[in-house]
Amino acid sequence: MALDAKVDGKLDFKVVGTRVNRPDGIDKVTGRARFGADMTAPGMLVGKVLRSPHAHARITSIDVSAAEALEGVHAVVTRADFPQVELDEATWDVLDNCMAGEKALYDGHAVAAVAASSESVAKKALKLIKVEYEALPHVIAVDDAMKADAPALHEGRQVENVPEGMGANVVARYEFGHGDIEAGLSKADKVLERTYKTEATHQGYIEPHACLAQVGSDGQADLWCCTQGQYMVRDTCAAIMGLSQSRLKVTASEIGGGFGGKTTVFIEPVALALAKKSGRPVKMVMSRSEVLRATGPTASSSIDIRMGMTKDGQITAGFAELRYQGGAYPGSPVEMGAMSAFAPYDLENVKTVGWDVVANRPKQAAYRAPGAPMAAFAVESAIDELGKALDLDPLEVRLKNAAREGTKASYGVTYPAIGLEATLRTAKDHPHWSAPLGENQGRGVACGFWFNFGGNTCVSLNITPDGTVNVIEGNPDIGGSRASMSMMAAEELGVPYERVRTVIADTASLGLNDVTDGSRVTFAVGLATIEAARAAKREMCKRAAMVWGIDEEAVVWEDGAARPSGPNAGKHDPMTLADIAAIASNTGGPIAGHSEVNAEGAGVSFATHMVDTEVDPESGAVKILRYTVFQDAGKAVHPDYVEGQFQGGAVQGIGWALNEAYIYGEDGVLQNPGFLDYRVPVASDLPMIDTVILEIPNPGHPYGVRGVGETSIVPPLAAIANSVSAAAGVRMTSLPMSPPKVLKAIQTG
Amino acid sequence: MVQVRIWGSLASATDDQTEVEIEAGTLRELLDGLAEKYPGLKPQLDRGVSVAIDGKVYNDSWFTPIQPDSEVVLLARLRGG
Repeated sequence: MALDAKVDGKLDFKVVGTRVNRPDGIDKVTGRARFGADMTAPGMLVGKVLRSPHAHARITSIDVSAAEALEGVHAVVTRADFPQVELDEATWDVLDNCMAGEKALYDGHAVAAVAASSESVAKKALKLIKVEYEALPHVIAVDDAMKADAPALHEGRQVENVPEGMGANVVARYEFGHGDIEAGLSKADKVLERTYKTEATHQGYIEPHACLAQVGSDGQADLWCCTQGQYMVRDTCAAIMGLSQSRLKVTASEIGGGFGGKTTVFIEPVALALAKKSGRPVKMVMSRSEVLRATGPTASSSIDIRMGMTKDGQITAGFAELRYQGGAYPGSPVEMGAMSAFAPYDLENVKTVGWDVVANRPKQAAYRAPGAPMAAFAVESAIDELGKALDLDPLEVRLKNAAREGTKASYGVTYPAIGLEATLRTAKDHPHWSAPLGENQGRGVACGFWFNFGGNTCVSLNITPDGTVNVIEGNPDIGGSRASMSMMAAEELGVPYERVRTVIADTASLGLNDVTDGSRVTFAVGLATIEAARAAKREMCKRAAMVWGIDEEAVVWEDGAARPSGPNAGKHDPMTLADIAAIASNTGGPIAGHSEVNAEGAGVSFATHMVDTEVDPESGAVKILRYTVFQDAGKAVHPDYVEGQFQGGAVQGIGWALNEAYIYGEDGVLQNPGFLDYRVPVASDLPMIDTVILEIPNPGHPYGVRGVGETSIVPPLAAIANSVSAAAGVRMTSLPMSPPKVLKAIQTG
Repeated sequence: MVQVRIWGSLASATDDQTEVEIEAGTLRELLDGLAEKYPGLKPQLDRGVSVAIDGKVYNDSWFTPIQPDSEVVLLARLRGG
């Protein structure tokens, strides 16, 4: 569906682009909103998980008899209680992660679970389960895990293009790019070679995973859970439990953050297995410690960069080798990092090589532009260092090399109209760029890119008898999408926003909807909402035509009403949506519009971030003084929400750059599984994050929408590292830049 | 015939070429044609790819038309968070 025809050079919006009240605000601030842990059922049991204390161990036996005998215990499950069904490799990994089979692969890996009458009984029962482990050597860091003699987690999981002789933990290799790196480097006036490292971080959502499962003796099952994709939960759990998809109904609760971490399952299959075995509803709520130990952080990385630049700032060659560990199973987002690393730049000679590596850590899950932030950290730091060595302006260097319409991207695609140059020029003209800096203060800039995508989407739009509107869609709202859908429906129908309510359906009420991820919802669900509204308008015009006794083609929809149009239409007073709704039963029945689509045409999105920091030379502590995000949104449907996405991505990037890391002991046990020691930024740590929304319309959407939720986390790691490096007078190449690390860097130079 | 750009680590399956030609008028014909002409690509194709056609990314839409002069690029399967 192409960008709509323009009126006077721009689309003429009445609702889209305004800042209406959010529909979930009152519910969330009064406690009325129902999150994953807020559902109950009569006869409900409490489910709890027993987790491995070892980073790597063979499970030689599990004796659950004492636990089963404890009064108040209704079921105990291990891997043996899951049905023996054929699963594809990815789903098998999910099952093995939810409940270990032969081996525990990380500290916190689930090995058994109980359902009991209360939490205290469940906890007592866990202690009665006797697990015999044969502890095995473990490996934690990515570069160690790649070694040929590293303890191997799996056998036979290397894909076909991994070269002979690589260690068993190296499971995939990717390569992208074009041109001749060595020839390009030979043309440079300066060549930089550096290694950059980042630690694993968690998405840090406030709401722990929680679910309530019920399985009837007839095999029909219901699951309530917090998730970014109730259809993904249904399809994964149905496969694991051997159910047909239509027999399992999954309802998504209100969600307290996801950021990619809730695009898979951890406790849901276990809750279903306990519910099936006990014959009772089972509720499971993870503790914070469990969330950090046993859900899906992002990968840690080790990245080598080689880059050449001429004295006037032209990048002559860019090479990156990226090594990502994604935890205990294949699937780190290294290929996304490898594709996106140089994406903002127009390079004649560019190559990226990515290695996917497993290690004895929790199975990674997506985290907002998965794989891209670490890659951007390395590339943007190198550009910064080279530019400064050549005494060049950081924004001018980026402008000189910026990708534009017609550029062949490093990952192979030729770009259509894109917004990178606009973000750079806007940044250069912004007062932040010319604001003075004081002692021990530095300014950093960096660019970022994300793909965004569309996907399977269903929307049903119903006109109620009183002339108001319900939009039914299937994507949990993690960024204000209900408001956006209501706004787009109101825009199309020509009715006030307040007359539209958007709700999120369970899996039985609409066809397949892909997960809320990939910055896809405002784009794809919006596109389907617009089409559903247009279908409803066509039906309402048809009803008006019936009433007026004229042809359907002689009726148009304008400003919220059906109107006669054309020379032979005759004179008829307009019929509003409410007028037509009131006589729907008399004119053919209820009025609705719907759309089912695999949406394509999502536009890529670029951002430039600018940040000032101050470094305390005595402690190494870093303070964020000022932060500005410049990002292309295509069309900001609700600017408050778009600004919120920009700010949220920046703040998560700040935590990733300065504080957050998974810290393991020598024994491979996670040392900081709690928010006291895994320190995320809170509001009092930070200044206001300023935002500038640019709008270069995406031709693939009727309103020009581009996804925005992920691009905003791509630049901050590098922007902050560039700023701190300037403030501290020493190049920082490893994250997080915690005070001891910064202090040591200052002291050693 | 359609020119298809293959990413570098797949080239070992296409006689070291990163640009190959396939007879295809739709996305499905493209993927089937690649698997048939270059059986070494099949494991990656089975694991999943995204395809960019004239700058737009497609995941599963089999009957997306491809023109003879379209720019077609195989990408690693896109995923988001």
